[in-house]
Amino acid sequence: MGWAIALHGGAGDIPRSLSPDRRLPREAALRHCLQLGVSALQSHAHPLDVVELVVRELENHPQFNAGKGSVLTTDGTVEMEACIMDGKTMRCGAVSGLTTVVNAVSVARLVMDKTPHIYLGFQGAEAFAREHGLETVDPSHFITPENIERLKQAKEANRVQQDEKSEVLAATGGSGDSQIGTVGCVAVDRDGNLATATSTGGLVNKMVGRIGDTPVIGAGTYANSYCAVSATGRGEAVIRATVARDVAALMEYKGLSLQEAAAYVVGERVPQGTAGLVAVSASGEVTMPFNTTGMFRACATEDGYTEIGIWPTEQE
Amino acid sequence: MGWAIALHGGAGDIPRSLSPDRRLPREAALRHCLQLGVSALQSHAHPLDVVELVVRELENHPQFNAGKGSVLTTDGTVEMEACIMDGKTMRCGAVSGLTTVVNAVSVARLVMDKTPHIYLGFQGAEAFAREHGLETVDPSHFITPENIERLKQAKEANRVQVIAQQIDYTQPIKQDEKSEVLAATGGSGDSQIGTVGCVAVDRDGNLATATSTGGLVNKMVGRIGDTPVIGAGTYANSYCAVSATGRGEAVIRATVARDVAALMEYKGLSLQEAAAYVVGERVPQGTAGLVAVSASGEVTMPFNTTGMFRACATEDGYTEIGIWPTEQE
Repeated sequence: MGWAIALHGGAGDIPRSLSPDRRLPREAALRHCLQLGVSALQSHAHPLDVVELVVRELENHPQFNAGKGSVLTTDGTVEMEACIMDGKTMRCGAVSGLTTVVNAVSVARLVMDKTPHIYLGFQGAEAFAREHGLETVDPSHFITPENIERLKQAKEANRVQQDEKSEVLAATGGSGDSQIGTVGCVAVDRDGNLATATSTGGLVNKMVGRIGDTPVIGAGTYANSYCAVSATGRGEAVIRATVARDVAALMEYKGLSLQEAAAYVVGERVPQGTAGLVAVSASGEVTMPFNTTGMFRACATEDGYTEIGIWPTEQE
Repeated sequence: MGWAIALHGGAGDIPRSLSPDRRLPREAALRHCLQLGVSALQSHAHPLDVVELVVRELENHPQFNAGKGSVLTTDGTVEMEACIMDGKTMRCGAVSGLTTVVNAVSVARLVMDKTPHIYLGFQGAEAFAREHGLETVDPSHFITPENIERLKQAKEANRVQVIAQQIDYTQPIKQDEKSEVLAATGGSGDSQIGTVGCVAVDRDGNLATATSTGGLVNKMVGRIGDTPVIGAGTYANSYCAVSATGRGEAVIRATVARDVAALMEYKGLSLQEAAAYVVGERVPQGTAGLVAVSASGEVTMPFNTTGMFRACATEDGYTEIGIWPTEQE
């Protein structure tokens, strides 16, 4: 049993034709965040601190759909949400509707640590973050030209991106990488302590106030004594399938292995093209299944295994 | 296989000494809502319509913690949330942070039926409800004197009416924590009342659930509980429909509603076994209850609190209306 870590920068219809100027920075970011997380685990940081650290880094990276670089609502604004959960104690924290706080995952952590609640939304969450001195900025900080363009394309297509079946493919529009959603990280230490964290700007052109799977405990984020899971993809599909909870439930109630449980949920419980996840088990296993064209992902285990990828590897 | 319906008006530390003027109106409301639901099922209404109808009625009743009669936030305001789910299609809708809409469950239904989303919160949810012409009122409509009093008591006790710090819920409750739970209920004793909900199944095995609440007394502004979290307070699939109540944070951690269905599917437990296990073993004592029906028309209403306002009926004639455990339990 050793430590293990996995992280993702979103699953979606990522075309193999993705241009190097869009692919290379993200691969570099995945590599960088993985190394950050590995170093922290090697220094015996608690997995809760590891996942928060890694997700903060992913939030700050403008090319992932979280924090800076979040996709825009139909009003052209940013509404961010995040979630964090500790497998051993099952304490958790979640936030939705943040507009000025630089790191949503840290607000979620504070909700978990400093309040009797689990989940705070919108103005209440913003006020709480300010009371606790978290870094806030002008909302324009989070908005990138790429996302202004994505919103424009989505409106021209007159549909929410990641809608039904063929609409999914049609809606990807010119750049093709418009399906990117969510960042997340899961980690386990040598003692079997598990943690997960997920963060996102949500869905391009979403209705103001729309909440996705990320802050819904059991849907996009979940950890208990069996495993830690962070999911990504079409939020509504991930919610219906209670993806993160089901991976753990299959392990506990049906005795499946981490890999079997995760593969089953992604393969059989959500529609094709809608989801991916990263997960680690208490015994240090790691899995990163997805049923989309690709998923920005990276993982490492103490025994030396490392993987960084976007599309399925040849064995998959 | 016949139809079945169950509904609740909240689980909590409801003392047996509850005065008749507080008990009788609620029992009457449970009876009335049960009859509404039964009549609808007998008229072959779809379970989604049945649960929405019943929950709207419970929301309108000022003595349950939903809609009018919702408990107050720490600012003395009302923030309502609700959720609805269809077992067959697994379509669902949820809302949080409503302040002027009379029936939160109907907003959740509209989110499910009229948007590509599942969950809308706060100002976005309010705007959506208005755009669709749902009935709205001044926020003061929802505030009752009892709830102003409850908030006052909670502030005097200087704690949220649940355990103030997050304790390791994987461990059994220690005696001193348990006494904090009882202490936190305050003078009136019925301050733990939370949430209303309804589950129904028709003869064809179509399942539906809906839950609605004002949340937790003295909650932080913006606090979201288990009710709108699919899989926590509300869940339905082809196996069963579940609506949970109690301490929201505990229900979320234990993914109560999802786990009942998962135990049936993944472990082959019966509805009653699954529900009893979740309420008995997966949430701390004194924190939760639920109502659930299965595709084959079974019904169960377990709770690990002092009481749970509840009612159920099945097509073969079984009826139950209660608050405290029956003698067999």
